Amino acid sequence: MEGAYLDHAASTPARPEVVEAMLPWLAEHPGNPSGAHAEARAARRAIDDARDLVAALVGAQPGEVVFTSGGTEADNLAVDGVVRSTGRLPVCSAVEHPAVLAPVAEAGGIVVPTDAGGRIDLGALAEVLHAVGGIGLVSVMLANNETGVVNDLDAVAALLVEAASDVVLHTDAVQAAAWMELEVACRGAGLVSLTGHKLGGPKGAGALVVRSGVPLAPVLRGGGQERERRSGTQNVPAIVGLGEAARLVVADRATTVERVGALRDRLEAGLLAVPGTRRTVPVGTPRTPAIAHICFDGVESESLLFLLERDGVSASAGSSCASGAQEPSHVLAAMGVERGSALGSLRLSLGHASDDGDVDHALAVIRSAVSRLREHDPVGGSA
Amino acid sequence: MTARTDPARVMVAMSGGVDSSVAAALLLEAGYEVVGVTLRLWGGESDSGCCAVSDVDDARRVADALGIDHHVFNLGDHFESMVVGPYVADHAAGRTPNPCIECNRHVKFGRLMDRAGALGFGLLATGHHARVVERPDGTRRIARAADSAKDQSYVLNMLGQDQLAGLLLPIGDLTKEEVRRRATDLGLRTADKPDSQDVCFITRQHGRGDFLGRRLTFTPGRVVDGSGTEVGSVSAVELVTIGQRRGMALAGGAAPRFAVDVDVAGATVTVGPVGDLMVDTTPVEAFSWADGPMGGTLLVQTSAHGSSDPAVLDGDVVRWSEPHMRVAPGQSVVFYDGDEVLGGSIARQG
Repeated sequence: MEGAYLDHAASTPARPEVVEAMLPWLAEHPGNPSGAHAEARAARRAIDDARDLVAALVGAQPGEVVFTSGGTEADNLAVDGVVRSTGRLPVCSAVEHPAVLAPVAEAGGIVVPTDAGGRIDLGALAEVLHAVGGIGLVSVMLANNETGVVNDLDAVAALLVEAASDVVLHTDAVQAAAWMELEVACRGAGLVSLTGHKLGGPKGAGALVVRSGVPLAPVLRGGGQERERRSGTQNVPAIVGLGEAARLVVADRATTVERVGALRDRLEAGLLAVPGTRRTVPVGTPRTPAIAHICFDGVESESLLFLLERDGVSASAGSSCASGAQEPSHVLAAMGVERGSALGSLRLSLGHASDDGDVDHALAVIRSAVSRLREHDPVGGSA
Repeated sequence: MTARTDPARVMVAMSGGVDSSVAAALLLEAGYEVVGVTLRLWGGESDSGCCAVSDVDDARRVADALGIDHHVFNLGDHFESMVVGPYVADHAAGRTPNPCIECNRHVKFGRLMDRAGALGFGLLATGHHARVVERPDGTRRIARAADSAKDQSYVLNMLGQDQLAGLLLPIGDLTKEEVRRRATDLGLRTADKPDSQDVCFITRQHGRGDFLGRRLTFTPGRVVDGSGTEVGSVSAVELVTIGQRRGMALAGGAAPRFAVDVDVAGATVTVGPVGDLMVDTTPVEAFSWADGPMGGTLLVQTSAHGSSDPAVLDGDVVRWSEPHMRVAPGQSVVFYDGDEVLGGSIARQG
């Protein structure tokens, strides 16, 4: 059956060069990078080469790159690390990934609302910065995982400088890394979270970029790896894969952005031609070129996803909980999208390997599924 | 509405228990195209063996072992509005509702069955212990399970012909022991899993009072006897059920007394000796019928695992042939002809 994988915001396939680069570190080289002998030194060299490549992706110094198990660990380390080091409060936007929201909530932090596009409300942030003392960290994601909406980190950073120069800006750049020039977009951020499997790398490797001078206590304690900032034996093959993926992104991002953006626009235009559909993100809101987020009137996403899967289209809606059920999206709620509409939303996310065939197939399948559901069950979404 | 549903495609509701696991396996053996679905209904605390992530995992792993697709549907909003909300409102009005029956009515055989049809499934199956029987005229009824101790026909009393035509109950002909044996033979991980008993949104640890206390302001009340003399007190009239004996601060020594009336508005519980629990009639409302209204002498059952006793259904009053235990308003009153369910109703305030 012909298929279309349109869930790259959940996870991308590892690019062939990435798999190629990883294999020797799975099959041939056993070394632990902390050791002293030749095999250990080879592993150390491999992760330091990857460190250089990740640093280049972000525009950081190699010594500022701390490898983690992925984006969640990087986000947890950013929030908990600054809170533990400074004893001060964290602040974040309402549309952050749960990996930021949960540690911020646990630390008794403050959540700042967004505008209808899902971008942090800078006025509200400024108010918090002025009204509340003892803020140590502000976390604002670069691109949102559900909508792809992009925040202006320069504007956030300027607010922080104005209010109190020692507040650290953290950004979860997991969803932006494949699409945006991080060197520019994240220049005001002291902490930047990344993960491999959203940019053509493997699952199980991510990084937190910790710019020099940022106060950060470790969360994982032990052998003191990663310059005492993240203990635990490094996942050498996955880190090598992350490095190779970062290299490929830097090399071909400009052309990929153009090509994938055109595919996304065609997909989105095709879906918006179906009656009773709306863009979830207001026109004019900056976003990555990879995500089309659409609300279908009178359709429940769970039913839609079921039919899409049967015809080979992999997509998602909102976010999934541990059981695999669709949960109402906190992102759309923060944007003020009414719950009934949110339950009829669909996220289609493209990636490096997406092509015209995927768009054609998805358009045909989604059109037919939507009309089937509306025909059969006009009560859909009326709960 | 065009049908476009396939009678060979079955959606089986898998709770993660042994009954629905074996139901799915039997359908596969019978040659159906089977897809498993687990409902996520309750996002809050649960320890009853329903709706928990571990049960979804069990259902998924059983589906994996059987080689069928498995999906999780989140019908939590619908469950809240059609089951949990009314459950709380019923208690607030002094009734004793049965939320599992309302879940069957509105969620499993309402929303889920509709969705199965919309997705192209001609049939929905569950692991209930009951049977669907076809009568000579082609109509269908729910009938009691082969295992009378596990019979769940009572909780399926609301099903009409449309639903019965699209329903399969694959384990209704098996005893529980046979179900477990089939599960063991098939190597299913749920073979020895204990049955779930409780309401999924009420935790065993904290109980009904704790749950309702978060959603209701309880009414403290007087407890009076048949003559109106105050004999005790309760902190929450809403939590008293007809037939209840304890928790009403009654003086000891006397013959046991039982709650025979619960009046939330009047903040009063009336108690009486065991004889006062027996009545000649039970008023009912909210009828549903499998194939048209019935009257006259029927067998009537007033609890999930109670007996069915002869009575005459006279309009909206059940007239018992022999004195019968009072039925708490809100409980389902189900009508049988022999082993077959004719329909159901709900006990109302007299």
